[in-house]
Amino acid sequence: MIQQIIDRRLSGKNKSVGNRERFLRRHKEQIREAVRRAVDGRGIRDLAQGEDVHIPKRDLNEPVFSHGPGGTREAVHPGNQEYVTGDRVKRPQGGQGGGGGGGQASDSGEGDDDFVFHLSKEEFMQVFFDDLALPNLTRTQLAEVPEYKTHRAGLTSDGTPSNLHIVRSMRGALGRRIALGQGSRRELHEAEDQLAALVRSGATDEVTLKLRSELEAQIHALKARLQRIPFLDPIDLKFRSRVRVAVPSTRAVMFCLMDISGSMDEQRKELSKRFFILLYLFLTRHYEKIEVVFIRHHTQAAEVDEQNFFHATETGGTVVSSALVLMDEIIRQRYPTSEWNIYGAQASDGDNWHHDSGRCRELLMDKILPACRYFAYVQVADPEQNLWEEYARVAEAVPHFAMRKATAAAQIYPVFRELFKKEGKTA
Amino acid sequence: MTFNENRRAVGRGARPDEYGGRRHRLPPTQIAPVAERPAQPLPAPSDWTFELIHQYHEVIRATAERFGLDTYPNQLEIITSEQMMDAYASVGMPVNYRHWSYGKEFIATEKNYKRGQMGLAYEIVINSDPCISYLMEENTLAMQALVIAHAAYGHNSFFKGNYLFRMWTDASSIIDYLVYSKHYIAECEERHGLDAVEQLLDSCHALMNHGVDRYRRPSKLSLAAEQARRTDREAYAQLQVNDLWRTLPRKAGADEAAAPERRFPAEPQENLLYFIEKNAPLLEPWQREVVRIVRKIAQYFYPQRQTQVMNEGWATFWHHRLLNTMYDDGYLADGMMIEWLKSHTNVIAQPPVGSRAYSGLNPYALGFAMYTDIQRICEHPTDEDREWFPDIAGAPWLPTLDHAMRNFKDESFIGQYLSPHLMREFRLFAVLDDETRPELEISAIHDDNGYRRLREALSRQYDLSAREPNIQVWNVNVRGDRSLTLRHTQHQNRPLGDSAQEVLKHVARLWGFDVHLESVNDQGRTTRQWTVEPPRH
Repeated sequence: MIQQIIDRRLSGKNKSVGNRERFLRRHKEQIREAVRRAVDGRGIRDLAQGEDVHIPKRDLNEPVFSHGPGGTREAVHPGNQEYVTGDRVKRPQGGQGGGGGGGQASDSGEGDDDFVFHLSKEEFMQVFFDDLALPNLTRTQLAEVPEYKTHRAGLTSDGTPSNLHIVRSMRGALGRRIALGQGSRRELHEAEDQLAALVRSGATDEVTLKLRSELEAQIHALKARLQRIPFLDPIDLKFRSRVRVAVPSTRAVMFCLMDISGSMDEQRKELSKRFFILLYLFLTRHYEKIEVVFIRHHTQAAEVDEQNFFHATETGGTVVSSALVLMDEIIRQRYPTSEWNIYGAQASDGDNWHHDSGRCRELLMDKILPACRYFAYVQVADPEQNLWEEYARVAEAVPHFAMRKATAAAQIYPVFRELFKKEGKTA
Repeated sequence: MTFNENRRAVGRGARPDEYGGRRHRLPPTQIAPVAERPAQPLPAPSDWTFELIHQYHEVIRATAERFGLDTYPNQLEIITSEQMMDAYASVGMPVNYRHWSYGKEFIATEKNYKRGQMGLAYEIVINSDPCISYLMEENTLAMQALVIAHAAYGHNSFFKGNYLFRMWTDASSIIDYLVYSKHYIAECEERHGLDAVEQLLDSCHALMNHGVDRYRRPSKLSLAAEQARRTDREAYAQLQVNDLWRTLPRKAGADEAAAPERRFPAEPQENLLYFIEKNAPLLEPWQREVVRIVRKIAQYFYPQRQTQVMNEGWATFWHHRLLNTMYDDGYLADGMMIEWLKSHTNVIAQPPVGSRAYSGLNPYALGFAMYTDIQRICEHPTDEDREWFPDIAGAPWLPTLDHAMRNFKDESFIGQYLSPHLMREFRLFAVLDDETRPELEISAIHDDNGYRRLREALSRQYDLSAREPNIQVWNVNVRGDRSLTLRHTQHQNRPLGDSAQEVLKHVARLWGFDVHLESVNDQGRTTRQWTVEPPRH
């Protein structure tokens, strides 16, 4: 009897991953809903986390033909204490209780609760940003550190053994052996024919014998020479060749412009931060080569780092154009439009120094929008002031400028999805 | 302790020359003597090593051989708990096609396991040749020894011996078939889309329990045999011709109506999936193949669903017997004994009715008790046993047990071997639940008047055909709207559950035209009807 003990521990777990994917796929709607709800309720700091998803049991039901309650049935149970034949017992409430259950009731003990499972952080983010993309992204040019793609490029005569092309190598060797041996082989055949003729003639005179031995020696030498042609020579070896070709890559930069003026109260700041956090998570998750420029402004604009952008608490009056001017400067200094896909996202409460709003529109129309692939504006307050009106005029004139309002935390995610949905998809 | 939920389940049965005709080694009537007693027991640390498993397995194998256990070759595999959960999720098989319901299973198992609500099974054993047993990494050495005795010798010999397994499963090809089905279904998914395949599989799974052959189809006659039969029939018909009948005058107008309506199928068919695979009008060839895959897998698991008590009981009986024998022979240390006995006791615990832990009869407990009882009847029969079991009382126990293992299923095993002694020990009683009466009635208890009724009731409880509603293909309206009619024959007026409507939707999707279902009671009256239209695309 063959006996084997196999250690399977190293041979991969998570064989069920495919099944889990199918499960998630099937319940995509419920999961999306759960994700949406989760985002609405979460603080900014823990947006990027997993989530428990509840799915009603009935949606997971796999129906089979089964007996319903009713009819006559007899069930056998162990552990009789007091009964004797003929006793009458009250029917237990709830039908399938201790009395009438039979053997089938064992696996349905959990009741009608929802089926709850945990969506991992990765899966959560996957659903979260599903079908979103930066609009109008194009591959612009070769970056400083270009991306390479390898593809096949015929054969070369040197390479690593793993790339050896055996058929082509052997074909080369065969050709070389034929070519190199051709002259010797012809001489050999001639000599053999002569020798055969001599043998056939049967002459035994001295000259003939001498000739024969000469011929034999010649044949021997020729054979030896043929033998010396190597079966496989280094020059026969052919290797598959792969070359690296530089491909254009996408380089993109996102400008985040946030209003931190005095009119932005805590709630409005919270809303705009929430918007930018979503944007930041989305960008860093989906695009490897992306730069984010954070600009915040009150009466003056300043470029800040991520930490300051989300967490600092400076405040003052409002001049929106200051941020746009700074953005324009930075573009001209660091991000030539020929090399970069430029995006802008701006959040404000729409409360601007009123002489400034017209200037904002001009800046956008003349300088910023021609350089941008897409510019999104989110107003985190309801009243439509002159900034909103000026921007509305921009939106009419320029297709890649979008503006939305979000006045509650619950609206941020839908607005975000709307602004960054993939073309041809519904948010 | 083993897990092979028989929920899904390839069954290309044995060839005719294999089943019945295949010889098996006769069990010895006496236990072979131990070769030599060891100088000291096997080392018994709590952690296992490959070396130790090897040693223990060697001794268990030798001991099993003394009892004449006939098994497939064994393949022991060490796995981690994550891998165990993976195996759980694909119905205990090492490979399986992908389906969301397995994902659901996995998530549920993982959740329960992580919260500590549920322990994992110590092992999974697969009815294949060689027989694969999974040993979990977390088990202690004593548990590994228990699992090897239980799975690799108990279950293994049952798989090889029991007539249902011999008839319906081909252990040597199951793994290859599962690999094939996995690839085939993956290919279908690529070609026809995940949704189409998922819907098809959902529909097939809904009918899985009604997609098994319960009897072997007659093998096809050879052309020559067919012709010989036809000539015989014709000759016989010729003999019956009496020209007088032709001269009788006919009733006017009766001749057309008298032409018998031809039914399709000619006889009701109980394998719904087989019928659909062969006859559904609109299925594409790939869809038929998928139906076939599900049907084959259901057939593979069909014997397991019918031999739960016997299978678990047999494995439990043998791990108990083998390990005890090893102890008697001086191979096992005391600590080991205590450890596995504790686990053994948990496995065969039977909480009484009314206790919170009660969830029906424990198949391990019942099965173990029954085999042990058969051995007792053979070795130390009482007068009662001689009266009830005259054929086995006092007979050699090994061949008797072997016979009991090979030739029965749960239903017939209990009907044949449940002794009054055991009924008393389990204090069994039967409760009659008649819908028409306000109260339940205790119809039989463990006394002289009750034994037979009790045994019959318990045996019926394990009868698969009583546990599942009897639904058959009744008619296809071939010349009309092509609708399919299924008929549910009620047993003891038990109605169909609420899920029937949902299942019918799945049938309609497979059939492609209207599907009707009618429930017919004992009196032949139709009590309820369902009709479902196929989904329109």
